[in-house]
Amino acid sequence: MKHLKDIAFAVLLTFAAVLAAPWAGAHDTAIKAGNLVITGPWSRQSPMAADVAVGFLTIANTGQEDDRLVKAETAISSMTQIHGMKMEGDVMKMFELPEGIPIPAGGMVELKPKSLHLMFMGLAKLPAEGEHFTATLTFEKAGTVEVQFDVLAPGAHMN
Amino acid sequence: MPPASALHKVTPMKMIRIAAWALVAAVLLFTGASYFGLTPLREKAASFADVGGPFTLASAKGGVVDSASLSGNPYAVFFGFTHCPEVCPTALYEMSTMLAKLGEDAKRFRVFFITVDPERDTVAMMKDYMANFDPRIEGLVPAPEQLQKLAAGFRVYYAKVPTSGGGYTMDHTASVFLMDADGRFAGTLAYGEEASTREAKLRKLLAGR
Repeated sequence: MKHLKDIAFAVLLTFAAVLAAPWAGAHDTAIKAGNLVITGPWSRQSPMAADVAVGFLTIANTGQEDDRLVKAETAISSMTQIHGMKMEGDVMKMFELPEGIPIPAGGMVELKPKSLHLMFMGLAKLPAEGEHFTATLTFEKAGTVEVQFDVLAPGAHMN
Repeated sequence: MPPASALHKVTPMKMIRIAAWALVAAVLLFTGASYFGLTPLREKAASFADVGGPFTLASAKGGVVDSASLSGNPYAVFFGFTHCPEVCPTALYEMSTMLAKLGEDAKRFRVFFITVDPERDTVAMMKDYMANFDPRIEGLVPAPEQLQKLAAGFRVYYAKVPTSGGGYTMDHTASVFLMDADGRFAGTLAYGEEASTREAKLRKLLAGR
């Protein structure tokens, strides 16, 4: 009985931590597109003189069918690409994912620092901390959906 | 001299023997070649202390930085580029935070951020970009041939990776190279390493231990 309680508590704590930790400061409202649930789109103020910015979000697929993020567009960037990043030994490798990112049925994909991200390129003006901007995401099955990115401080969520 | 017919008779056996010996010779040759081929790698590992410059590079602060002028103080070197949305700014902010934390202890410590993308990162652009970070971090812009030499010296990998729309991104070694007061290689801060480990390594370097 005691064990059950402990387990229940641990599960609750885990949920709370998962919900609270990574997206502090980002939108807590989920955006739905078909069977997809998108949470916490956030960006980070880039260093001045850069002309690129980054975008992160979490996409959960509650459906029975695999889907795929194939495109992202914004009014603030002349081009937006879907990028991956990995370490090979001590070498950092960045690469475009021209096929997009698969969102498996029943699965969840996180675009997060040091991993998958959207790269907003050719910015006329860098989004500043505290600002927001809108992006249109296109999924193979769920279609298009608009999401709003919160711009956090430079160096936010570095680790 | 055996008659031609005798030579003819032993041919099948001889052929096999020749083939066998040829195989032995090939194996020996190959082994020998790989042994000699591997020698430079072994030398590389043995000459750990050779990692580094010398370099004389254009600085985003104006003028040039000559590595020979750095002796007497430890310094650090790392590589990146400004069209990098994620990892490079993070590394630069992390280093700025670390320098702020080290404060007075790192007063004379210099950190060099060397672009692996001199095609896009001009001195003027690096100047604006570096203004975002701790002033002890200095942007350096090598000419392409200087970069090649530098990369060989620091055992650094860099490569252009094309993306759609005619653009490109850069792969590059993400480690921070630590050089002691005598200008000798003293280790690295690895990518993704715990902040406490990085701090301990830097404190050790600054204390000259």
